[in-house]
Amino acid sequence: MTDAAVAAPNPTESAGAVDRSFALPGLRGTGSVGHVSAIVIAVAVLLGVVGPWITPHAPNDVDLSRAYLAASGDHYLGFDSQGRDLLSRLLAGARTTMLGPSVVVLLGMTFGTVLAVASAWRGGRFDTIVSAVLNALFAFPAIVLAILVSVIIQPGLPAATIALSIAYTPYIARVLRSAALRERSRDYIAALEVQGLGAVRICVRHLVRNLVPLIVAQATILFGYAMVDLAAISFIGLGVQPPQADWGVMVGTGQSGVLQGYPLESLASALCIIVVVVAVNLLGERLTDRANEANR
Amino acid sequence: MLRFLVRRFALLALTLLGASFAIYSAMYLAPGNPIAALTGGRTPSPEAIAILEERYHLNDPFLVRYVRWLGAALQGDFGVSIPLRQDVSTLISQRIGTTVQLVLFASLLIVVVGVGLGILGGLRKGPIDNAVIVFSTLSAALPSFVAAIVLLSVFAVQLGWFPALGTGDGVIDSIRHLTLPAVALAFSSVALVARVTRSAVRDELGREHVQTAVSRGVPYALVVRRHVLRNASIPITTVIGITVASLFAASAIVERAFALNGIGAYLIQAALSKDVAVVQGISLVLVTVFVVVNAIVDLLYAVLDPRVSLGSSAS
Repeated sequence: MTDAAVAAPNPTESAGAVDRSFALPGLRGTGSVGHVSAIVIAVAVLLGVVGPWITPHAPNDVDLSRAYLAASGDHYLGFDSQGRDLLSRLLAGARTTMLGPSVVVLLGMTFGTVLAVASAWRGGRFDTIVSAVLNALFAFPAIVLAILVSVIIQPGLPAATIALSIAYTPYIARVLRSAALRERSRDYIAALEVQGLGAVRICVRHLVRNLVPLIVAQATILFGYAMVDLAAISFIGLGVQPPQADWGVMVGTGQSGVLQGYPLESLASALCIIVVVVAVNLLGERLTDRANEANR
Repeated sequence: MLRFLVRRFALLALTLLGASFAIYSAMYLAPGNPIAALTGGRTPSPEAIAILEERYHLNDPFLVRYVRWLGAALQGDFGVSIPLRQDVSTLISQRIGTTVQLVLFASLLIVVVGVGLGILGGLRKGPIDNAVIVFSTLSAALPSFVAAIVLLSVFAVQLGWFPALGTGDGVIDSIRHLTLPAVALAFSSVALVARVTRSAVRDELGREHVQTAVSRGVPYALVVRRHVLRNASIPITTVIGITVASLFAASAIVERAFALNGIGAYLIQAALSKDVAVVQGISLVLVTVFVVVNAIVDLLYAVLDPRVSLGSSAS
């Protein structure tokens, strides 16, 4: 397999590589901004996985005598209000901060795609009922939904991710439904139907597959929104619960430091959130442009 | 027009009915025993339990309780907060003023600064436009709670220009207390409105009828006022409306950050202390405001843009 690839490289591929500047396959057409954003996101994902394992100190090691001490020795960012090592907490906090939005994107995109494709395919009464339910959901700002769910379940990351998945579903479904309707009216779908293929098979194997660029773009943008909203929910105390390290929580717990003139905990964790969100948004915009161009 | 209004209104009522049902049933599912909350942990006698159940209608079927709650809510009665033993409507009306002032203040900033920057960037190409783009890109990525922290740190703690927390007394003091929260709340929306305004103005400037008017020697200011801004006002109004609708819920985070006594901060506090009646009441108010403002935006859009055929936009 590898021998064959080395011996006879695909001529079209090598020709393309000559006049096209470096581009990863999934990022083609997103330009240098897309690539830099992707690198930032990759680093953030990596930190989300290994962050809690590479902390120089224990992130929950309280020592009030060190409260707000500045950076020194191997404590590169100094200490927070409880005398905990700030860098360790930022590293440890990467996990929940990245995990939450990932779950929201996974759940929200699944609900949204299934509802959109099903109602575009079936049409008629089913479509009407789905639209009515989604309309009622549109009435709930994400934050209100998150507050309601936090009362039913304990406040925490599970409640916040469930709430946001529900809150975003109507927005995803609306975008994907119109795309699915457009796809549904194409000739190839009719051709597949004439061949006697089942609806589910056509949807999953062909229709959804053609929506993948749009789904990826939507998922990326959604990740940015989810990260901001989850951090806000954690900030107000209804998301990830302290003392668990999380960037959103740390912006909130750092507020007492801000008022006493030690804003580093809040500002550092806020900066982490913003860097990732900006990278995600920039990549999302470019992926959307690409998906729209491909559809033209 | 009338048919459009009736259909829009019916849709609005239906949406609110669905949303109120969702709110009530969500809180019905919430764990916790109202009797225990009422008696504060003491073990009440069976007679006392019976009296409490009777007074708070705890034994009625779910649907009966929902209909009674909705009927009372329509008349402005949101029930009684069991932990506080106070009318929820009283608790809301004591706090809604702060939220409304904050949202109005932020809306004013969004309209003046957002539209202003957008028009500036749209009309003047070059460095000014680039500055507007850079500013709106950066501030669009600044969530309200981060803006709140940064403003607190710089303008309240370091410079001491504004008070850090709480609501003030009197007009001037209230404005001083609400300035930083309003800026924090407005920040990312200003960016959104500036962006939409800029691109709307740019689009209109490139239109043939505008180019024709300019080349025929019509004064530039007149062209801008009559042709560019008039047409650009349609997307601008829509984006402002949608943004303002979302501010009421978003203000909860800012109120919490600045320790303001608005209904948003109170909703969060009630959620943390499981005060179900308050959560229901404030959620219903926030959802209603959100839906109604969005409906008004829809109507405005139809009124402003004669091309929108009212029959088809309703379907």
